[in-house]
Amino acid sequence: MAFVSGLRCRECSREYPGEALNVCDFCFGPLEVVYDYATISEVVSHDRIAAGPLSIWRYHDLLPASGEDPVDILAGFTPLLKARNLGERLGLKNLYIKNDSVNPSFSFKDRVVSVAATKAREFGFETIACASTGNLACSVAAHAARAGMRSVVFIPSDLERGKVIGAAVYGPTMVAVEGTYDEVNRLCSEVGDNYPWAFVNINMRPYYAEGSKTLGYEVAEQLDWRIPDHVVIPSASGAMFTKIWKGFNELACLGLLDGVDAMTFGPDQNTVHHPAITTRMHMAQAEGCSPIVNAWVGGQNQIRPVRPDSIAKSLAIGNPADGIYALRVIKESDGSAYAVPEPQVVEGIKLLAETEGIFTETAGGVTVSTLKYLAESGAIGADELTVAYITGNGLKTQEAVEEVVNPLYIRPSMSSFEEALQGSPASASL
Amino acid sequence: MGRQRVKFTFNDDLVKEPIIYMLGRDFHLVTNIRRADVGDSLGWVVLEVDGEKEEIERGLQWVSSTGVRVDLVSGDVLQG
Repeated sequence: MAFVSGLRCRECSREYPGEALNVCDFCFGPLEVVYDYATISEVVSHDRIAAGPLSIWRYHDLLPASGEDPVDILAGFTPLLKARNLGERLGLKNLYIKNDSVNPSFSFKDRVVSVAATKAREFGFETIACASTGNLACSVAAHAARAGMRSVVFIPSDLERGKVIGAAVYGPTMVAVEGTYDEVNRLCSEVGDNYPWAFVNINMRPYYAEGSKTLGYEVAEQLDWRIPDHVVIPSASGAMFTKIWKGFNELACLGLLDGVDAMTFGPDQNTVHHPAITTRMHMAQAEGCSPIVNAWVGGQNQIRPVRPDSIAKSLAIGNPADGIYALRVIKESDGSAYAVPEPQVVEGIKLLAETEGIFTETAGGVTVSTLKYLAESGAIGADELTVAYITGNGLKTQEAVEEVVNPLYIRPSMSSFEEALQGSPASASL
Repeated sequence: MGRQRVKFTFNDDLVKEPIIYMLGRDFHLVTNIRRADVGDSLGWVVLEVDGEKEEIERGLQWVSSTGVRVDLVSGDVLQG
């Protein structure tokens, strides 16, 4: 069973039952899950977690859906890799990569969708749906297939072929919308109001977003129940950024971190900050869509919307719904926010691939380039424990790095091979 | 009749324009502000708009055309 007491408005604190709701009727603020932490603290333990499956559902006590029969394609428990080569290049001796690009549908979205799909089935929905530029559509369609549910995915009509195929293969009803970003948004919100479907990031949003907390739990568990000194996280809406912070603080408050005393959560569970959580949260956005970074750099507590024009399409949200909450986390954690110049997005992809053998999508390029900036500027010390989150797989955005394809064209003979080899990087090792 | 929950974000000089008043006057829409934060150069207002469906559509298009950003209260529907 899930230890959920209900939902609460993040703005006015009005309370609601734990149903398929996402907006406060009174002030239209976002609703968040309220947990029964008193009961959770009685049952949760390192041993109980370790006895669970090698997926996000090992943390089911801290998730808002029942872990007894989840919709699970084994999302999560992805590798935390000690990045020696990249660390050496950047002057960081204690650098780790959280490689979430190897989730079943190749992005971190499997975490949030697994929770949303499980909750949707609990509520009795037979169809799950989403609007997506790629990663989310793949994950929704995959989880629906696993659950035996119907899925409807809305995509922009000009979406890259690779992403379309990556979602279509699971057999969803795919709707390609001819329109702008804003028009797709409005249409899907209207559809959500008129059809009895579980839209993972509309009426399921309070539950869906909680899945990202597992990115915090896993890193702590993989570090033997310690937290990093620094984390670098790519951001679009800002929701994942805030949930990783929440995950660290939940573990501390429940006494699950090594050497940290438990603490009560207080009246507002979503803003609790345990003094032992000293991780500095660094946000990464691409310059072509960096509304949260702009607000941080400008010292504003409001987000000025932008029109996205970035190669990092999975981060291209111009008016991020959780932006102001993410700003508070940056401030509270003494973190920072950086906008990567667009040409450096691809450089970041290549740097990670060439040093650690991990092929990430454009969002990962944003993360790695931000990490590089933080290391070179001295914001991260050489010995500090640092984790960079890589949230999507490079196979989804291959067109971004097409320039790397530059083979030696030869005839099928040794002489042609040896002639071509002269002057190539491989000749240096002869 | 229809109803829509929307968020208007005003940049720069648009903060000084009576956009919501004109939405009611010119499109016969009833507006009900639920939450807002307006500063010197930036502000947002979350409101409910009631009226004829076509007029809501036309009215919100007009608001967009002034340079005010119009988002749905549902938040970021289209995701990565």
